[in-house]
Amino acid sequence: MFSSLRSLWMVFLKMFSKRVTIEYPEQKAYLAPRWRGRIVLTRDPDGNERCVACNLCAAVCPTDCISLQATEDENDRRYPDYFRINFSRCIFCGLCEDACPTYAIQLIPDFEMGEYNRQNLVYEKEDLLISGMGKYHGYSYYEQAGVAVGVKPKGGGENELDPVDVRTLLP
Amino acid sequence: MAKVYIDNKEYEVPEGKNMLEVCLSLGLDLTYFCWHPAMDSVGACRQCAVMAYRDENDTRGRLTMACMMDAVDGARISILDDRSKEFRAENIESLMINHPHDCAVCDEGGECHLQDMTIMSGHNYRRYRFKKRTHVNQDLGPFVKHEMNRCIQCYRCVRFYNDYAGGKDFGVFASSGRVFFGRSEEGTLESEFSGNLVEVCPTGVFTDKTLHKHYTRKWDLTSAPSVCQQCAVGCNTLSSERYGKIRRTMTRYNGDVNGYFLCDRGRFGYEYVNDEKRLTRVAQKNQTSGLDAFEAIKAHLATKPKMIGIGSPRASLESNFMLRQLVGADNFYLGINKIEAEVVKSVYDVLQNGKVRTPSLGEVENYDTVFVLGEDVTNTAPMIALGLRQASRTLPKEKAFALKIQKWNDAAIREVVQDDKGPFFIATPYATRLEDIATGVHYGNTEDLVNTAMKVAEGIAKGSSAGSDFIKETVEALMASKKPLIVSGSGMMSQDIILAAAKIAESLQDAGKDVGIVYAIPEVNSMGTAMMGNAGALEDAMQRTAEDKNTTAIVLETDLYYRADEASATSFLNNCNHVILLDSMENSTTPMVDYILPSGTFAESDGTCVNNEGRAQRYYQVFKPNNDMLSSWAWLDMMINQTTEARPFDNIVSEMTTALPVFSAIRDLAPDADFRIGTQKIPRQTHRFSGRTSSAANISVHEEKPPVDVDSPLSYTMEGYHGNPPSADIPFYWAPGWNSVQSINKYQIEVGGPLHGGNPGVRLIEPNKNGTIQFNGRKDIKGKGQFEVLPSWLIYGSGEMSAQSPAVAKRVPEAVITMSDKTMASKGISEHQLIKISHPKGEIALPVHACSSVPDNVLLVPYGLKNTMGIQFPFNTDLE
Amino acid sequence: MNDTLFHILIIVGVLLGSVTIAAGLIYVERKMLAVWQQRKGPNRVGPFGIFQVLADMVKIFFKEDWIPPFVDKKLFIVAPTIIMLTILMSFAIIPFAPSWVVADLNIGLLFVLAMSSLGAYTIILAGWSSNNKYSLLGGVRGAAQMISYEVFMGLSIMGVVIQTGSFRLTDIVEAQQNIWFVIPQFIGFIIFLIAGVAETHRLPFDLPEAESELIAGFHSEYSGMKFGMFFVGEYLGITLVSALITVLFFGGWLGPAFLPPIIWFLIKMFCFILFFVLLRATLPRPRYDQLMSYGWKLLLPLALLNVLVTGAIVLLNA
Repeated sequence: MFSSLRSLWMVFLKMFSKRVTIEYPEQKAYLAPRWRGRIVLTRDPDGNERCVACNLCAAVCPTDCISLQATEDENDRRYPDYFRINFSRCIFCGLCEDACPTYAIQLIPDFEMGEYNRQNLVYEKEDLLISGMGKYHGYSYYEQAGVAVGVKPKGGGENELDPVDVRTLLP
Repeated sequence: MAKVYIDNKEYEVPEGKNMLEVCLSLGLDLTYFCWHPAMDSVGACRQCAVMAYRDENDTRGRLTMACMMDAVDGARISILDDRSKEFRAENIESLMINHPHDCAVCDEGGECHLQDMTIMSGHNYRRYRFKKRTHVNQDLGPFVKHEMNRCIQCYRCVRFYNDYAGGKDFGVFASSGRVFFGRSEEGTLESEFSGNLVEVCPTGVFTDKTLHKHYTRKWDLTSAPSVCQQCAVGCNTLSSERYGKIRRTMTRYNGDVNGYFLCDRGRFGYEYVNDEKRLTRVAQKNQTSGLDAFEAIKAHLATKPKMIGIGSPRASLESNFMLRQLVGADNFYLGINKIEAEVVKSVYDVLQNGKVRTPSLGEVENYDTVFVLGEDVTNTAPMIALGLRQASRTLPKEKAFALKIQKWNDAAIREVVQDDKGPFFIATPYATRLEDIATGVHYGNTEDLVNTAMKVAEGIAKGSSAGSDFIKETVEALMASKKPLIVSGSGMMSQDIILAAAKIAESLQDAGKDVGIVYAIPEVNSMGTAMMGNAGALEDAMQRTAEDKNTTAIVLETDLYYRADEASATSFLNNCNHVILLDSMENSTTPMVDYILPSGTFAESDGTCVNNEGRAQRYYQVFKPNNDMLSSWAWLDMMINQTTEARPFDNIVSEMTTALPVFSAIRDLAPDADFRIGTQKIPRQTHRFSGRTSSAANISVHEEKPPVDVDSPLSYTMEGYHGNPPSADIPFYWAPGWNSVQSINKYQIEVGGPLHGGNPGVRLIEPNKNGTIQFNGRKDIKGKGQFEVLPSWLIYGSGEMSAQSPAVAKRVPEAVITMSDKTMASKGISEHQLIKISHPKGEIALPVHACSSVPDNVLLVPYGLKNTMGIQFPFNTDLE
Repeated sequence: MNDTLFHILIIVGVLLGSVTIAAGLIYVERKMLAVWQQRKGPNRVGPFGIFQVLADMVKIFFKEDWIPPFVDKKLFIVAPTIIMLTILMSFAIIPFAPSWVVADLNIGLLFVLAMSSLGAYTIILAGWSSNNKYSLLGGVRGAAQMISYEVFMGLSIMGVVIQTGSFRLTDIVEAQQNIWFVIPQFIGFIIFLIAGVAETHRLPFDLPEAESELIAGFHSEYSGMKFGMFFVGEYLGITLVSALITVLFFGGWLGPAFLPPIIWFLIKMFCFILFFVLLRATLPRPRYDQLMSYGWKLLLPLALLNVLVTGAIVLLNA
């Protein structure tokens, strides 16, 4: 009983404290760099698409709102033929970013995506792709992977030996 | 039965198995790489290490490879012991030292045995910080993609390709850390079974190149149980779709048919389904296409015109039956020529009325002596050839078993067997790809082969033989055998060959042998259409329309220009006053007809096929296309009943089984459409299926209701029962922790054995114990001339549909006339010279190719290629 | 002045005044909640957001008047009107200033209690006619809660009645010339306050409509102006209870003469209205069984004791 009265008094006193309201949109709130907002696709340090169309983001997505199709360029470099996120379904959970093995898909501190028409919330690859590396700098998946896709020759990647000479008999 | 103890728990297991098989059969999870249920144990990868104990008092135990340990009475092991667990994790860590950081771009990712085993073993962190070994890859042709970096040296690929499938152009090279699996030189893999490397390889060294072009993860595929349509063997397949395109074909295990494997025509010949030439809309000649055209057809049929129907051996039983219902049994003709119809009919006759049983493909491996008569099995029914290769090792393996080597101990068995071959005799018009395992070969034209066969039959009947060495050896070997197998088929398009082979088998049966006879026949449902009863051939239909031009022809999945020569086909089409075509692809016939109804291939329709053994098998629609395409039987049903919606599949089946009692067993072939597990259907999609709310969002953000399947107990969505479905309805293989094809272990009663609920399919044909075959000598061959022209069969090319798949098309060779060197010399013809030969309905000009095995009086022309289609084999001709 | 005209003016004034106040409370409540939660509250529509009420009214009037197909149509429509009716009827006996009263009944207090009992029907009927399990639960809860708290509410003001010797509200106000009843009847005041909150099912006692449990309870299925009636009815209820507290315990219009009596009345009333809002801003909702045992096991004995003691003292003094 007493604690209820005390609460009433304390709440009453809040009348005289400073307001915490941030008057959006005149004032903007601070959003942390890891804030989970609009999803973007980034590029690697060479300016190529980071996405290798591995489908992990689509698989992990709890609302199944990501779909893509893999294709390859003339160097066998795999990339998404199309990459679509239906933001009218997206819950911005960030699992896709967690699942991404190449840092391609990232959530950025931007949430101002409102539309009058739901159809406009369907983002294609052109809408998602940005020209920079986003939050993670300097990482290029194809430098690490074992496949040769025009980025490096076989054995030219990080932590790789030159290709084996199958015909040598030396131990 | 043996009593074994695993982690102090007692189990009753069958004898003669190894511990790994036992563990997996019991549903226990144990890691392995080199062991494969079809290829047994070699103990190479050390991944199935367990602790073995002497008895219950032994607390120390010792590390043993489960795959090399006999599951004898009293055997006692522990999977969970910490030392064995640690050993398995460390073993996999060392196997993974050089494994690249590739999973994201690896086609095996998500269905990788290595991924599964790594997680199962508990190894999860890479400690090795030095550089990784790399390899340069090879281009292995249009089917298989090579990425050697990923190899973990389990040796399964060479063991399959060389030891199991008899390949010669693949091997293991170099030593120690440099071990390389591939060809000595870059180039296309020659084996007809190279595609199985994709499934055999536990990781992503060998992957499916056709899948690679339109890559989709396993979990994103909508799959359905299907039956391969590319030859008459009827291998069970899993067909998978994504975004309205078929993405790949995988083996669907059926211990009675194809087991764990598929041939390359079956695996890579699916791509025609995605072709731009597919018919997708109902069309009327010179009119805009659309469903109005179908109303026009129905209106025309309502006037009760005179009708004839042309059935097809590549259409399902139900489609053929509905056509027969529509036009009446008297007006129903088969869309194949007379000779082919007779040949298939006599195969059916032999199997139905003869006394010799035809074994299932799975049983073929168990025969010990083989005689192949007139059939190029590798090219007409490749999976039978694979079975025959195993059969050739049956007798040599007995030697190893006599030394008390266990049945599963592949390494030891091979050590004993070396290059020994069992008795294997081939009598064909030209050298086949089974030559390397043959102990005797003979080449001849039809007459010669029939005579040879009859002498063999006589020899067996008399118990002594006369004639050439080949005949003597064959008779001796067949008389000495316990389980002889006679293999023949429609390859020479000769009824005599079929009957001669039957005679040999019959005489062996009379001699008390456990004999089997296997016929290869031309197409997926050749047997089914033959079983439907006395239908005329294409020639009969042509003759009838020539006499009565006021006829409406309904043509079911038949390209008349493929089945008959150009002139006859054209005059037939012109003679009919209306032609309604139900087909799936544009071909030479489509521009000539009045109406086109787009019918689904195996991917877009349900149906039943009967294979060469007389086994009826159900295939299921994989996906609902978003165009006019329907199963042919559905179109025909709507035409019969003048409705806008077809009756469900089950109604058609029950109508068919009532009308044709020969098919009555089909009713129980697969669960009805209202079958449910609990209240649930069986989902075609995996529980991880992705992109449902996005894949069609570019068209409309409002998601459409998924299609409902009224024809089967399968659903088109991921909702439903995710457990073991009935064996006929398994849409994909998956078990918790087992994402790769190896999860099949969880669907079998025991590893390598039948599926839970029995292998799917029912045999409709059983032999008649008191039957006998009437064979009254040779018939005449059309045309006069010095040379007999026989078809040569091509695994890539002779299949009407598979040859239109891009990957297979790359392997289709140039059409040539093959003749012996002697003929070429005597006629003064040089290699590659263009020559013209005439056949009864015209003539063809092709370059010449020399082949030493072809008899001097035989010419070979490839069957079914673009410039040889419509020719009716065999015929006689002369060379100018 | 003509008596009849004066009466009509009073009636119209009370009617308009109470409804306007109730509507205005929408704004007041939102603004005050914000103030006590360190927020700014409505500030977009007009200066300080004072036209927010107008905007809300416009919005609610233009909403589709949707009657779900599965409801009992007649009762569904009748239910929200009952609450408006009963509470507005109760206002008839409130003396806002000397002789500013619509009907100065000699059983005024009983009339109020009778009317508030009728108010229970609105919840029961709304909850039942909605044909929805959440609404029904809300309705049942509301009925039980209102019937229970009616008892203590009646008993709690018996002290006042005993001291005054009359049920007439003007008499009660006049009796407080020397001392406001809040001092002698402090326990009665507390019980009446609590019962008043429960009776208007305001937070913390809003169990019939608990959003987090019952998705708005008895009015889940309501929308548009029918919902608006529940909404305004609730604010009318607050106003009524505040007015009653003022009349019964805080001397009604009585006050120093520098302000007219009506202003004194309104000031006192608004203080209690604000207190109601403060309660909402502060206290969490109890469990339903806590609410019931609190009422029956604590408030009922306390109220009876209060009547007993007051009666004894009055007898003693007489």
